[in-house]
Amino acid sequence: MVNAVGREMPEKIGSYTVRPFAGTGKAAKILPPVVSKRCPKLGPEDHNKLCKDLKEAIVKTGLKDGMTISFHHCFREGDMVIGQVLTAIRELGIKHLRFAPSAVVNIKNPSIVSFVKDGTIDRIEASGIRGELGDAVIDGLMDEPVILRPHGARPRAIETGDLQIDVAFIGASSSDEYGNCTGQIGPNACGSLGYAFVDASCAAQVVIVTDNLVEYPCCPTSISQQFVDYVVAVEQIGDPVKIGAGAARMTKNPRDLMIASKAADAIAASRLFKEGFSFQTGAGAISIACTNYLAERMEERGIHASFALGGMTANIIEMFKKGLVRVLECSQSFDAVAARAIAEYPNILEIDNSVYSNPYTKGSMLDKLNFGVLGALEVDTDFNINILTGMSGEMMGGLGGGPDVADGADISIVTIPVIRGRTPSIVPKVFTCCTPGESVAMVVTEAGIALNPKHKYYEMLREDFEAAGIATVTIQYLCDLALSYTGVPKPIETTDKVVAVVEYRDGTVIDVIRQIKR
Amino acid sequence: MEHKTSLKRTGLYVSGTNPVNMIQASFYNEDCMIFDMEDSVPLAEKDAARLLIYRMLRDHRPVGKYIIIRVNGIYSEYIDEDLEAAVRAKPDAIRIPKVEYENEVKMIDEKITRIEKEAGIEEGSIELWCNIESYLGVLNAYEIASASPRVVALALGAEDFTASMKAQRTKSGQEIFYARNAVLMACRKAGVEAIDAVFSDINDVEGLKADTALTKNLGFDGKTIVHPRQIDVVNSFFTPSVKEIKYAQRVLEAVEEGKRLKKGAVTLDGGMIDKPMELRALTTLAQARAAGIKV
Repeated sequence: MVNAVGREMPEKIGSYTVRPFAGTGKAAKILPPVVSKRCPKLGPEDHNKLCKDLKEAIVKTGLKDGMTISFHHCFREGDMVIGQVLTAIRELGIKHLRFAPSAVVNIKNPSIVSFVKDGTIDRIEASGIRGELGDAVIDGLMDEPVILRPHGARPRAIETGDLQIDVAFIGASSSDEYGNCTGQIGPNACGSLGYAFVDASCAAQVVIVTDNLVEYPCCPTSISQQFVDYVVAVEQIGDPVKIGAGAARMTKNPRDLMIASKAADAIAASRLFKEGFSFQTGAGAISIACTNYLAERMEERGIHASFALGGMTANIIEMFKKGLVRVLECSQSFDAVAARAIAEYPNILEIDNSVYSNPYTKGSMLDKLNFGVLGALEVDTDFNINILTGMSGEMMGGLGGGPDVADGADISIVTIPVIRGRTPSIVPKVFTCCTPGESVAMVVTEAGIALNPKHKYYEMLREDFEAAGIATVTIQYLCDLALSYTGVPKPIETTDKVVAVVEYRDGTVIDVIRQIKR
Repeated sequence: MEHKTSLKRTGLYVSGTNPVNMIQASFYNEDCMIFDMEDSVPLAEKDAARLLIYRMLRDHRPVGKYIIIRVNGIYSEYIDEDLEAAVRAKPDAIRIPKVEYENEVKMIDEKITRIEKEAGIEEGSIELWCNIESYLGVLNAYEIASASPRVVALALGAEDFTASMKAQRTKSGQEIFYARNAVLMACRKAGVEAIDAVFSDINDVEGLKADTALTKNLGFDGKTIVHPRQIDVVNSFFTPSVKEIKYAQRVLEAVEEGKRLKKGAVTLDGGMIDKPMELRALTTLAQARAAGIKV
């Protein structure tokens, strides 16, 4: 069958039943049945949650073959929880688990691939996979397709029962022995634990893994003892350098600076750029630079934002300190400065990922967002975005919150260079469609800005740009320009085997990724 | 030629060894792109750079830029092959390193003329920028600038100049102050444009600002730059203020009025408007337009 963005896909992939993407906002109108609520459950009778090691905790949770385990990704590339837990599970001989972290994990030692090969894991559901695992999956490592969901889709899937978690392992940089825990303090602080909240409240069993056991009660507390079954102290939960030491730094790449500056100009030209506006800029090199340029435009015009949303970086904390932003709604902290800030300022809030991005709530923060700045690997002439696969079809990234932000924000801005090295970034058709073009307001490149004529605010933006003297080009012009330099790449050949399913935020399937023919 | 700009505020060097940078540089805000076959190209890559620059300009000529190719030195073993490729790539200008004598310009001019003829390119269409990079170049600047109608600009090269003087290169630039003025005066006398030397510390924005302020105040038409990060800073110094724009408009209005009334001498605010004032006003408005100011 063919979905609303013209992608062909089977109706059933392994045990996965496909609901085709029907357009933004189309599927969300059907309220799913409530099938998953955390059941009342008593804690240990002796009130002792503290286990001597991971194996004891795993045994106590009753984890068995075929169950589902989850992790959060707030330690990013510095995560040392997943490897330790999977190793303990392997040593206990538990097999055929569904592995469901909140986002991309690229841990190398031990490698996730080894847990797939020995049968510890046989299904993966995440926001993206890359590195060795990505290569192995795209080469057909697994029998069941990997299910990739953007941030907003994961809490939806958990709450609707698409993804029922048996045991959630939650790394916390500090915890007391009764399970009150946080990511804000401790030697391996990661900041917001926003992505773990839904796991804590919905998983049948919750295990806190920490390397900093503190006196009861742990303060500040992000996840409360009421959700926690067991606590394990290990030697180390993360590598602070890879978690994000110091402040994320401003790029010096002139091309990226130029794109960032143009994106800030585009925001400043919009009539929505006014006192009390809101924004989300993200953590990529262009995004951080764009945040800085945006701060300059705000100071020049005397405009203040009501809130900034999503992953926080040091430069957004700086804007907050200057009084340029009233509230920071922080689902993730991308560097050490942002990680510390939640504990320091009452108006910097640690928010649940569901509150941030889930389209199936009574109101997510994205619904109130004016501007969202996104990155991409490829954009096509229909403004569809690929943030997963590279030009050889390899898995390169994760969906993150991109599809959610594009849909939720009034004005979604994709920042992307026209070409990267010898690879075109603006193409006739993206290899993998992750975000539907209809939700993308504009594409900002070093060679010009293309407005999407099919976006809901096209006319408004066109008028605003004209008034501000900002010239635009067509997306076709950018595509032709890119291809004039690089030539037309040979199409990637695939087999019929679907190795990954790309879900949209409403749970429908926007695209599938097939095995690459070698 | 439609792709030419009238401004020479910034001339960015782009190495012929790096195709990605050559493409990217065409998207920045510099007025002039200088595709380099000389110092930035290792000896082993001279032929590759020559070919890349040729193909870049034939197939992907950047739009809206003044295109310059810097060839290798006049007495180097590469100069003839460089000129063969450079002329056929049809840039707006060829930039000759370390020019010291009038007859060097004439020699290059003849070679270019021959290649233009062979390639069916309009004779004399390719302009020349001469790098003044030694005390001899400074002393002979006027002769160099007026050696051929192709010469449209002299560009001061401070590093080699200070070496030739046995001077120390400093950020304040006192050691090149005389050379700057001497080159400027030669340019003004010969009626060609004067391009100032690079400020090579790309991480020192404040230093670049101070240096460019001097460049502008002395009277240079533009500055050679070595990194894209320097473009906007340098351009901003050559962007006229509202007061300057208004004055320029009044000058031109007075000139037009004079022409309409067939007046011999035109005055403004009690002073006479001469040709240089009119030219300065035209430059001011061109600079304003290039900076995106509606005039």
